[in-house]
Amino acid sequence: MDMEPILDVKQLTMKFGGLRALDKVDLDVYQGQIVALIGPNGAGKTTFFNCITGMYDPSGGDVLISPPKNGRPQRINGIKPNKVTEKGLARTFQNIRLFHNMTVLENVMIGCHCRMKAGILGAVLRGASTRREEEAVIQKSYTILKKIGLEKYVNDFAKNLPYGAQRRLEIARAMATDPFMLLLDEPAAGMNPQETHELDELIIRIRDTEGISILLIEHDMKLVMSLSDRIFVMDYGKKIAQGTPEEIRKNPAVIKAYLGEEIDA
Amino acid sequence: MEYFFELFLGGLTRGSIYALIALGYTMVYGIVQLINFAHGEIYMIGAFTALIVISVLTMLGWNQIAILLIAAGVAVVYSSAYGYTMEKIAYKPLRKAPRLSALISAIGMSLFLQNYVLLAQTSDFMPFPGLIPDFEFMEPYAHIIGSPELVILITTAIVMVLLTIMIKFSKIGKAMRATAQDRDMAMLVGVNVNWVISVTFIIGSATAAIGGVLIASHIGQVNFYIGFIAGIKAFVAAVLGGIGSIPGAVLGSLVLGWTESFFTGYISSDYEDVFAFIFLVLILIFRPAGILGRSTAEKV
Amino acid sequence: MLVNELKKSLFVSLWFMFLTFPIMVIQVNTVENIIQWRWANLFFVGVGSFVLSALWRYLIRRKEQGIQETEVDGVARVTLSQRLLNNRRFTIPALFVVSILALAFPFVFSLYQTNIMITAMIYVLLGLGLNIVVGVAGLLDLGYAAFYCVGAYSYALLNYHFGFGFWSVLGIGAGLAALFGIILGFPVLRLRGDYLAIVTLGFGEIIRLIMENWNAFSFGPSGIANIPRPGFFGVEMNIEQVTIYVYFLMIGMSLFTIFVVNRLQDSRIGRAWIALREDEVACQAMGIDKRKTKLMAFALGATWAGFAGVIFAAKTTFINPASFTLWESINILCVVVLGGMGSIVGVIVGAFVLILLPEYLRFLSEYRILAFGAVLVVMMVFRPGGIVETVRRTYQYKETA
Ligand SMILES: Nc1ncnc2c1ncn2[C@@H]1O[C@H](COP(=O)(O)OP(=O)(O)OP(=O)(O)O)[C@@H](O)[C@H]1O
Ligand SMILES: [Mg+2]
Repeated sequence: MDMEPILDVKQLTMKFGGLRALDKVDLDVYQGQIVALIGPNGAGKTTFFNCITGMYDPSGGDVLISPPKNGRPQRINGIKPNKVTEKGLARTFQNIRLFHNMTVLENVMIGCHCRMKAGILGAVLRGASTRREEEAVIQKSYTILKKIGLEKYVNDFAKNLPYGAQRRLEIARAMATDPFMLLLDEPAAGMNPQETHELDELIIRIRDTEGISILLIEHDMKLVMSLSDRIFVMDYGKKIAQGTPEEIRKNPAVIKAYLGEEIDA
Repeated sequence: MEYFFELFLGGLTRGSIYALIALGYTMVYGIVQLINFAHGEIYMIGAFTALIVISVLTMLGWNQIAILLIAAGVAVVYSSAYGYTMEKIAYKPLRKAPRLSALISAIGMSLFLQNYVLLAQTSDFMPFPGLIPDFEFMEPYAHIIGSPELVILITTAIVMVLLTIMIKFSKIGKAMRATAQDRDMAMLVGVNVNWVISVTFIIGSATAAIGGVLIASHIGQVNFYIGFIAGIKAFVAAVLGGIGSIPGAVLGSLVLGWTESFFTGYISSDYEDVFAFIFLVLILIFRPAGILGRSTAEKV
Repeated sequence: MLVNELKKSLFVSLWFMFLTFPIMVIQVNTVENIIQWRWANLFFVGVGSFVLSALWRYLIRRKEQGIQETEVDGVARVTLSQRLLNNRRFTIPALFVVSILALAFPFVFSLYQTNIMITAMIYVLLGLGLNIVVGVAGLLDLGYAAFYCVGAYSYALLNYHFGFGFWSVLGIGAGLAALFGIILGFPVLRLRGDYLAIVTLGFGEIIRLIMENWNAFSFGPSGIANIPRPGFFGVEMNIEQVTIYVYFLMIGMSLFTIFVVNRLQDSRIGRAWIALREDEVACQAMGIDKRKTKLMAFALGATWAGFAGVIFAAKTTFINPASFTLWESINILCVVVLGGMGSIVGVIVGAFVLILLPEYLRFLSEYRILAFGAVLVVMMVFRPGGIVETVRRTYQYKETA
């Protein structure tokens, strides 16, 4: 193996009282890949994200990252969410969590926060360096919005955006933290086919032009199959399969898990 | 040993009264997630109403026990009515508003009610007749526990048992539990949420009124300001036990009552109130969910 | 329709007559065993609640209509105060007039009036400080008076024991208050909103009660007297001159505060505070250190309470714990809320309204707090944005060609 995975999750376990929301899950992502995490409702996918990003403190297992820029592998489980983001893992939320009463531009500017330096004194004195930093952040935020195709909303309040645009704003905001990897939790949920198609292109573009690797949770199978390099499947907190889209399509365990859900529904 | 026992019973009595007030806090918080800052005032109004009824009836020369029962009854009715009205005016229009707004509205209500009683009645402390008679059968134990204390303990116990039964088994109790868990969901399955909230305020106010009458006749005086410190203490007790939980409120009240009693008895009475607050701060820092509350990871 | 309304009002009026009957009608005095029946009150309550209930329902209906309209349009209505504040033709002359008035005030009006103005400006400082914590960062602090107390006692005690002067303690007092803010904030700031409110309330009371009981340290309830007024390079001044001096010192302090707060709000940190108020979880996911950011707001708020405390001690020359009760904290909170949370102009207006109105409405004195309570409730129900309802100034991207 000449390359280390940039994200390497080993035996990750999360218990809520008696419930094992995650049961010894392994997952790895290599630089430049788009990896999908799928599974029926309640399988534990969001919990997986929450454990990786420091929102929950996992009950067991390890989360290792080796950022492509400084390849030193390091353990990140148990550290605070903001530290995880600083290390270059940025996420979006399944239930959109924008800053509703801030403008689109401000939302993205908040994403830049952890890459900025100005402290209280800098803010009060507002010297040349602080002013320059503020200018640069506004420019950077606008550039990101342009890439995501949200520039026409730049001065609108986030709460007034159409639903699909809110989902994309979540991505823009996450990109502003300069991540090496994006974790997207159901980015296509609630989008129409046209919007989903655009999202498909957007994700590819982010990977190709920005060099950001992607781990995404998604229920839209068409999107998952067309986008992903590799797919991991979870059910009842356990990983039940992994492989290329082709392999997953034919995997009996996966078919059973999804059929089971259909019968239930 | 005797001293210890005395302090123990003193703490128990004190705790029982906190519990009667704490119930209102905890029930309201459980259902609307609001710290009803004006709850102490409801207790004060209960005590004052009782005083007024007692004065009038004494004038008419009624029998003591009858006066006590009627006064308590009227106090319960009036406190409930005040609680109900207060919710309709100050909280109901703010259900969808930020919590801070509701809290400030509650503070406003508290100021208003205090000064309403101050202006309509008096700013002085008014003596409150000790109407609970000394029972004969209690005489041998009088050096340990007086009849008034016994009445307080028994009344509190009865109220707690009735309340628990109601919440566990009655229809409105079930509706209350459903609303506490998820208001929107309860509404969807046909619970009349407005009614449930009103009932919660009524019950909380009624128990506070009972507490008001008992403590006023125990301590022997009332004024417009008694609701404040009693309210804060009861709130501490509710948080201590785990706010939202009824057994928690009782347990927290008893723990607070005992610790205060032992602290003032053995260490110093100067810092009695400081102690209650330090206790509160420590609990919230180290066990924010309270003694009986479960701490949960917030779902993201 | 009208009949229906009348019926409703009549019902409410009967309900309130019942509700207020014992307390309003029967006045008891158990000391002298007197009972007074005041039947006239019943009539007043009846008529009053009849009218007010109609008014109340009318206002509620209007409010609901307003909400519906904004939901349909999707655009927030621009408020009158907002329009005025954004109009330079109004703001520049207004600023000019206010400056002239402020400069001339102590020479035109009496010493007594000047003192009231100084008090009002102390509340401007306190309000702006608390505004950082409550209005901007959204942390409900009910113990703010504790930091005010720390500032005031710093000056009183350091002066009493070591003879420190006003100017040196101004910094030390603010620093000590900030330190207290950090010490308290550290364990407490991970608590949820209402718990935070209660813990800060508890902390405020602890500080006050300690000051009241620890006689050896703080001289207990009798307080500390003869605190020197601020000096000016050792120049001897009579009471009138000192007051005018303090007045201008307060104008300077207020301007300084407005400057700092304004700069802070438009900075990386100010943005983070607002985001924190909006959604803590998302904030953390964006790499904002929640603890540290909250702590900064808390410490900065406390710093200003410290400044205000030192100045208060120097102005009144006497302090005791009674000046730092929970009601003081609530008073300051009301400055922020009534004026308009998060808005600098709002807080300033709030401070003046809250301090000046009661001063000039002395004839209402007895009913002051009663009215105050009612105003708080009515304000929260009908105009939660405060007197000066502003929409925050947002960052705007302008295409630079
Ligand atoms: N904070 C929590 N406390 C208790 N249980 C939780 C918590 N968070 C998640 N769970 C439980 O863990 C299980 C997995 O939930 P999770 O949200 O991870 O599922 P998911 O795969 O993301 O489902 P969906 O596709 O519906 O988003 C569920 O049973 C959920 O109720
Ligand atoms: Mg999920």
